[in-house]
Amino acid sequence: MWSIYLNVILQGVLTGLVYGLMALGLSVIFGVVRVVNFAHGEFAVIAMYAAFLLFKAIGLDPLIAMAPIAAAFFVVGFVLQRSLINAFVGRPEHEQFILLVGLAIIITNGLLMIFGPDAQPTQLPYAFDSYLIGDMIIDKVRVYAAIAAVVVSAALFAFFRHTRTGTAIRACADNLTGAAVIGLNVKRLYALTFGLGLACVGAAGALMVTLADAAPSLGPAYTLLAFTIVIIGGLGSMSGALVGGVLIGVSEALAGFMFAPSMKSMFSFGLLIAVLVLRPQGLMGKKPT
Amino acid sequence: MTALWDSMNGRGKLLLVLLILALLMAPMVASRYLLSVLTLILYFVYVGQAWNLMMGYAGQLSLGHALYVGLGGYVAAILWVHYGIGPWLSIVPAVAVAAAFGAVIGWLAFRFGIEGVYFALLTIAFAEFTRIGFDHLAIAGGAGGLFIPYEERRLGEWWNLRGNQLFFYYLAFVLAAAGVLITALLSRARLGFQWLAVREDETAARALGIDAFRAKMKAILISSGMTAVGGVFYAFYNNTLFPAQMFDMSRSIELILAPIVGGLGTIFGPVVGAFILTPLGEILIMLTDWLGINLPGVKAVFYGLTLMIIISLVPTGVWPRIAQSLDLKKRGP
Repeated sequence: MWSIYLNVILQGVLTGLVYGLMALGLSVIFGVVRVVNFAHGEFAVIAMYAAFLLFKAIGLDPLIAMAPIAAAFFVVGFVLQRSLINAFVGRPEHEQFILLVGLAIIITNGLLMIFGPDAQPTQLPYAFDSYLIGDMIIDKVRVYAAIAAVVVSAALFAFFRHTRTGTAIRACADNLTGAAVIGLNVKRLYALTFGLGLACVGAAGALMVTLADAAPSLGPAYTLLAFTIVIIGGLGSMSGALVGGVLIGVSEALAGFMFAPSMKSMFSFGLLIAVLVLRPQGLMGKKPT
Repeated sequence: MTALWDSMNGRGKLLLVLLILALLMAPMVASRYLLSVLTLILYFVYVGQAWNLMMGYAGQLSLGHALYVGLGGYVAAILWVHYGIGPWLSIVPAVAVAAAFGAVIGWLAFRFGIEGVYFALLTIAFAEFTRIGFDHLAIAGGAGGLFIPYEERRLGEWWNLRGNQLFFYYLAFVLAAAGVLITALLSRARLGFQWLAVREDETAARALGIDAFRAKMKAILISSGMTAVGGVFYAFYNNTLFPAQMFDMSRSIELILAPIVGGLGTIFGPVVGAFILTPLGEILIMLTDWLGINLPGVKAVFYGLTLMIIISLVPTGVWPRIAQSLDLKKRGP
């Protein structure tokens, strides 16, 4: 009896780690550039379609396709920040919001025009394989995706912790004026950060294709998901994004198992509202001073 | 009201009177199709005004106003379909339910200092939460939708909001006019100035003795209640209600476009915005139909582009520029 719940929770944790990677991108962008990427989930869906097409065309496994997709997304993010978004840094929140909502609408409906509304499944050869641990059944794809998500997240943590550029980016986040005074190229660092954030979401989207079918309508849903996770974990906190991701993954899995799968996001939003009211800075966020 | 009238010069007054006359007489020349487009425009003027009060004046970014449209529409439709209670009566519970939701959101947000992006997300979360709830609500027809039956014998019952296109056109006109009047009144009332003070600098407003919490609560109550009336209109005009259609985030976005394009925090911004956007959308559909490339999503891509271009080039909206170049305001004393 209890092992079923344990099984469901474990599956939720694995999915949640991929969610966490996606949310990590959002958190990094907000934490440094102070712009909320309202088109985040839409970028994840572009990555899903990219992985889907690469698999269909040349049979490339999404776990490998993740690398070129993330690299391409890094470039896109860099260019996007330089060309479009940089002008909006420091402008009122609702203006940034509207700019990115516009971009999100274009992406979702552009995908709708190209691929149509139907969900496109990616049929991996090992899609139905699973590990048997005790009397628990764990999907192989979920394990692979979760491991990949953890590896990418760890690489990002290491980059911010141990490289000069990573340290410089953290300096921009901590004290923008100070960073500018000591001669850091803030514009370039912002573009790098936006690129890194999109690389995260690109990798996460490629992984997501192993867990869900690609569909244009997923975009807004994933944006909300990423926001929910990041706010629960604490906006700007990198570890918070992963913790929030796992929490939401587990809550979705449990809600889908105990009630109806269609009601799972209701529990996520319930959790979001509870966190906003009880601990607005998020579970791992710092209290605003 | 008179203050608004007095603030305009002769040219401004003339334009306003001409617009009202043109709208009143439009059914004499307009085709059925054109009338339906005008009805849609006037509906967006009305809900745009309701949203504008909250964002444009009180500075609270709500991205979940579809919630109030949906609640208003659903309450009135449920009472009509299941209990035979007409909309002129059910408008009271419809507004009450929407305002109650607004009160809960406002209380949570303003009491606990949830602002800006966080507030916008809270409003989205509530709208999505309610959408999924309605998907599972049997009395509202669930995801399968709720339908207001079309009955020939009821067509003339205007008090039950049963009528033809002409009837709904004039109803939309009354709503839009009321929306503009309410905005004009509030923007010159004590409350309107309190909103502006809170929008510009809440700390300074508090220091002046303004109860920011009360002012913001009033904004969300008035705005949600007004929007719910729009929802009742929408429900009885379209006769079909689906949770995915009523509460979807794209609905919330659609309804905030006109005030943003026209100009936030201005009385005529939402009017100008609606008169620009809705016809543009219709022309675009006709154009793509004609070219044979009308795929689902074309219109939305266009709206997305419009948002990005407007917010990049004229973040304050087009109306303030138009008003300035047409020179509609009375010169200083």
